Amino acid sequence: MKVLKDFYESLRPHFEEGGRFSMFRSVYEGMDSFLFVPDTTSRTGVHIHDSMDAKRTMTAVIVSLIFPLLFGIYNTGYQHNLSIGADPGFVMTFLYGLLSVLPQLLVSYVVGLGIEFTVAQWKGEEIQEGFLVSGMLIPLIVPVDTPLWMIAVATAFAVIFAKEVFGGTGYNIFNVALVTRAFLFFAYPASMSGDKVFVRTAATFGIGGGEVVDGFSGATPLGQVGIATKEMIGTFQAVDVTGQPLSTWDMFWGLIPGSIGETSVAAILLGGILLLYTGVASWKTMLSVFVGGAAVSALFNLVGTTVAMSLSPIEHLCLGGFAFGAVFMATDPVTSARTETGKYIYGFLVGAMAILIRVLNPGYPEGMMLAILLMNIFAPLIDYFVVERNITRRLQRVKK
Amino acid sequence: MTSVIRIKKGLDIRIKGRAPQVLLAAKKSDRYAVVPDAYAGIYPKVTVRVGDKVKAGTPVMIDKNRPEIRFVAPVSGTVIAVNRGEKRKLLSIEIAPDKEIEYEIFGTKKVSDLGGEEVKEAILMGGLWPCLRQRPYDIVASPADKPRDVFVSAFYSAPLAPDFDFILRGQAEDFQTGIDALAKLTDGKVYVGLRPDSATHPQGAEIIEVYGAHPAGNVGVQINLTKPVNKGETVWVVGAEDVILIGRLFNKGIADFSRLVAITGSEARERGYVKAIAGCRISSLTDGRIPPDGFLNGFQRLNNIRIISGNVLTGTRVREEDYLRPYDNQITVIPEGDDVHELFGWALPGLDKFSVSRTFINWLWGKGKEYVIDARLQGGRRAMIMSNEYDKVFPLDIYPEYLLKAILAFDINKMEQLGIYEVAPEDFALCEFVDTSKIEIQHIVRQGLDALYKEMN
Repeated sequence: MKVLKDFYESLRPHFEEGGRFSMFRSVYEGMDSFLFVPDTTSRTGVHIHDSMDAKRTMTAVIVSLIFPLLFGIYNTGYQHNLSIGADPGFVMTFLYGLLSVLPQLLVSYVVGLGIEFTVAQWKGEEIQEGFLVSGMLIPLIVPVDTPLWMIAVATAFAVIFAKEVFGGTGYNIFNVALVTRAFLFFAYPASMSGDKVFVRTAATFGIGGGEVVDGFSGATPLGQVGIATKEMIGTFQAVDVTGQPLSTWDMFWGLIPGSIGETSVAAILLGGILLLYTGVASWKTMLSVFVGGAAVSALFNLVGTTVAMSLSPIEHLCLGGFAFGAVFMATDPVTSARTETGKYIYGFLVGAMAILIRVLNPGYPEGMMLAILLMNIFAPLIDYFVVERNITRRLQRVKK
Repeated sequence: MTSVIRIKKGLDIRIKGRAPQVLLAAKKSDRYAVVPDAYAGIYPKVTVRVGDKVKAGTPVMIDKNRPEIRFVAPVSGTVIAVNRGEKRKLLSIEIAPDKEIEYEIFGTKKVSDLGGEEVKEAILMGGLWPCLRQRPYDIVASPADKPRDVFVSAFYSAPLAPDFDFILRGQAEDFQTGIDALAKLTDGKVYVGLRPDSATHPQGAEIIEVYGAHPAGNVGVQINLTKPVNKGETVWVVGAEDVILIGRLFNKGIADFSRLVAITGSEARERGYVKAIAGCRISSLTDGRIPPDGFLNGFQRLNNIRIISGNVLTGTRVREEDYLRPYDNQITVIPEGDDVHELFGWALPGLDKFSVSRTFINWLWGKGKEYVIDARLQGGRRAMIMSNEYDKVFPLDIYPEYLLKAILAFDINKMEQLGIYEVAPEDFALCEFVDTSKIEIQHIVRQGLDALYKEMN
């Protein structure tokens, strides 16, 4: 260990001011803290610190994201096979999915981290690890057929305008990954919705490809709900890409068309359990999102004048990006409510708004993204009122 | 009267190196010093010259703004140096001690016969006034004030803190006298915070029994949960051991600063309690008990330790040639850790690391394991990212994160509203420990209090 550290330290002069590679100083420092636990010791205040740091926090989130990522990779291949009527076995299915998803992951990381490194170098600060999570989230919430250049443009936009202009990790108002998604959604609507983008039918690097089967439709269940007419209430049935009916269990396990990481509630819950166990995410936020969504969809269910209203709460929670948003997006500590009471309110409203947008807005079949972004704006207001209660209590104490 | 408070938020850091209840011998200190930096909120003015002879209890400096507050020599001897730093800032007044300590005689007094003003005068004359600190601002109390109440915490809950019951052995009478004296200083009550199983039973005071983990013993927590400080009110707080000193002043008529100091920490070879006088050299306490610092063959670092006067959360880093700080009753010795290089520490399971986070699987060991913790930050400084970290270890009815932000913005209104008058930096020590963003929280709070004090006075 010491040999390695000494070698690494011997490179330092090259990266310092005046050195040959001084323009990569932030990268050098970033690698240093990536490789070794920082050996700086405390100067003021407490003499010992908890071993937990931002890097490990982010690592925990990334590890939890691996569940939906792996499932999404497999599902991409699975949907492809269904659509062309082939069955090349598990390995090839997974490989197809991997080759389709990996470029998106790479593009998101390269663009995002590139900007982060540049900004860190420019500001003379340490590289922050926040984008490690955002970079993983971005490919998971886009359709598999999103062109790579769009992801690049959207990621760049989000990192610069949703994060760096506010001051970097910890200062952003909006969830960076969701801003990327929103940018894509509004800038390139044709590539982000409809029935052409969620299932990849073309060959990837020479693997797969072929004629789609008869009756193929790549629409997601929520997409199907969106175009269903009033007459179909009671008879509406969500179908998979070949027209076979989907049960609620199918929606839970997630072998259905959708954005890469969002389809499997099972995989998302596994990640969620890890997040809750390690204490990285707040159970209060997570639970309240589900409660809010269930409550509002149950209310709509009573009204039941459209197909979207007639879906059961369970179906609403399983479909689309609801579960993914609840577990990985709403719980982002920076952009969500920061007070404990606030988290209940914030989570509930996220869930409620998501269903509200989904059901009442004919333009958007999915509402989770907009609901969370909207509540990002209101999170400080919610906290304001919670803190205000504490202030009032303090003032009343004086009067007594 | 006994009231009970139960604290659910908090954390007992399972750090190795508790002191067993044995008395160790102390070496004679070759030098003593009065260090003004240890007292918050005073402007020191030296009243002695180099070469002056002083007795234990002779004033060596006063507070410029409140000249009735005297800081006295802890031992008799000769003033050998008045050290000043940048801008002539007073660093320390050093005294070479006599062989036998000669005391200024203040005369024994019966507290019950005295009025409040006489008690105050006696404490001021005896040089024990700096033991009294006030909330708000966490500074040395003003003799001109009349505090609403006086709070004493005899529950030392900080990591590796000494046991007050052990310290009190044979001194219960002085402690009682001290409590009686404090009662004369306020129209309100004297509150004494105690561990539930404590053997200490002072008379004439309100007892607060505190259940829970650290910071249960912090006086700030006890005040907040029994009778919080409102704007415009002042309460005084006194360390439980300082109460003994005050009692001794009345019972013996001399300023005897000797107290028990616990030698603790994973790097201390011999741990236990030492009788010492505040202001003595650290080396007189630690000699032979800690590994020698330095290099072997001028190359390989032998030992790399950090000596702390106080506990690991609120103490001051000192060298062996420095002096024991006046309010401290503990020396902690931990590894410095700046020579440890861990590869991929963020990804390792972390079996040997103490953390409140369950991303470290140290829970496998159960709750009995004690950890060697060094002084590394264990991460880089970040903006506040995680929420609810502070709240979990902050039992006061205050939103720590919002108060901190108000301090950083120096928004006086917000600071008042969010409870700045109720806190001291030590109340935030655990927040600073658990913070994943490694923010220097106690420093921020101290600066906020100082700036606010300047603004308001």
